[in-house]
Amino acid sequence: MTFSNRTRWFLSVVTMLILVYVYFPLLVVLVNSFNSSKVFSWPPTSFTTDWWVKAATNDGVRAAVLTSVKAGLGATFIALLLGSMIAFAVSRYDFFGRESVSFLVILPIALPGIITGIALNSAFRSVLVPLGVSFGLITVVIGHATFCIVVVFNNVLARLRRTGTSLEEAAMDLGAGPFQTFRDITFPAVRSALVAGALLAFALSFDEIVVTTFTAGPGIETLPQWIFNNLFRPNQGPIINAVAAALLIAFIAPVYLAMRMSDGPSRVAQVGAEP
Amino acid sequence: MVAPTTQPTTSASRGRSSSVSSYLYRHPRLRLAGLLSAPMLWLVVLYLGSLTIMLVAAFWSTDSFTGALVKKPTLSNFHTLLTGQVYWVVALRTLGIAVLVTLIDLVLAIPLAFTAAKVVRSRRLRYALVIAVTMPLWAGYLVKGYAMQTMFINNGVIDWMLAPLGLKGPGLGLAATIFSLAYLWLPYMVLPVYAGMERVPSSLLEASGDLGASTSQTFRGVLLPMIFPALIAGSIFTFSLTLGDYIMVKIVGGTTQMFANIIYDSFGVANNLPLAAAAAFFPIIVIICYLLAVRRTGALDNL
Repeated sequence: MTFSNRTRWFLSVVTMLILVYVYFPLLVVLVNSFNSSKVFSWPPTSFTTDWWVKAATNDGVRAAVLTSVKAGLGATFIALLLGSMIAFAVSRYDFFGRESVSFLVILPIALPGIITGIALNSAFRSVLVPLGVSFGLITVVIGHATFCIVVVFNNVLARLRRTGTSLEEAAMDLGAGPFQTFRDITFPAVRSALVAGALLAFALSFDEIVVTTFTAGPGIETLPQWIFNNLFRPNQGPIINAVAAALLIAFIAPVYLAMRMSDGPSRVAQVGAEP
Repeated sequence: MVAPTTQPTTSASRGRSSSVSSYLYRHPRLRLAGLLSAPMLWLVVLYLGSLTIMLVAAFWSTDSFTGALVKKPTLSNFHTLLTGQVYWVVALRTLGIAVLVTLIDLVLAIPLAFTAAKVVRSRRLRYALVIAVTMPLWAGYLVKGYAMQTMFINNGVIDWMLAPLGLKGPGLGLAATIFSLAYLWLPYMVLPVYAGMERVPSSLLEASGDLGASTSQTFRGVLLPMIFPALIAGSIFTFSLTLGDYIMVKIVGGTTQMFANIIYDSFGVANNLPLAAAAAFFPIIVIICYLLAVRRTGALDNL
């Protein structure tokens, strides 16, 4: 379709403005992390890398990063396992209630995090605690895994639907059993979808705060919780800013990779991430 | 009914496949059960079970002295919520915020998605645009919250930008909350709208232009009706995410309260699970009603 120059000009300007709206605040965080002022001030008058050093050596930050990484790895592992199992079942078998299964997988992320959080909290309190399992990192992992399943599921399902079954059938016709077919044909086909799903699941878990708040035991503080808790403490501004800037940079690479590996940008629409 | 869709036409395994392997091969039902049992245990027993416990707890109460749960069915929590004026005010405010956030995101997402899907000719640039808007989705919720705080805070970046014009920003409060939420959820709106626009055949737009319609006529008469389900799909995200948010309003909202704050405070501050669970009915019911209302538009297939 052709557009008049005026329309083109108008749309380009609007697009640029939206991109500025999206990126300018993030840029401010990046720039401000080098601001040498001890309290929030804009624009910066002089620059320093002190806050980055302080953030990197801060015990609270280090402990929180470690907790977040542990929770993220645990949740990603469970989500990879469960998410790909459901994706295989849904794409390769026809069974009663198949539609409900897809719905069920999406539900933990479709409902607000606070509802999932309170539900898990009350369930843990009334079931796990009497059994002697107390709130801790494990409860965070359970909570995160529940809403991470959907990202793995979506990525693997899309890949399985796209690749079809003809190669698997050919392998079986040539005498390969189910295990060999899976190892030599199916798994290589879904491998990059699994990596994409895992990266996104980890990113989702690493960023989560609401379900975490309700499932974390005493002494467990993930990085988002650390940021949130310190946001309201005096004199922590510059360190938070440096942590935020570091997170911004740390997130871009894996997510960019995940987008390249999943099936096109519009696939990510179905990820449905939740803070 | 279990019927493997993959079963090849040749019969059972040949060659040296292991006995377990061939047994599984002949029993697709068993394979399916093996695939589904663990995930279903997790999602049905753990997740739906937890939700059920919470929803049942809405009909319990707490002992006013000890704070212990009293597991006798009562409607008192709902009575408290429905008769408390503050709950109504906060609920209506939250709905209003959700509507405004959705509208802002629509206004931003439509031209952006249109440009990416229909105006940009190069495929690379098109993907680059979509990825550019999606990327901040993963920049971190709190990082973006913090970014918004630096924008809106007193003497913050917005005040600095407006100062040469002799103006002042709105500061932390309701307006900051609305713009911050719209900022956070924008990618959720852009992606389905972009996917919807991509599905509209360009030939239809060209035909409309050939028949003499102006760009804006084509937009309103041809494109908009066709992408309507995608717009609704995006609004499901922006709406339900706004209804459940209580953190952003704490960071940029000043003293503003949203409905999820009521749920959070009932649970976390007042330690009143039954009241929190009863309050949680509000977002759940609104979201379900919204989903039912838009189901006929075909929006759910656009999610």
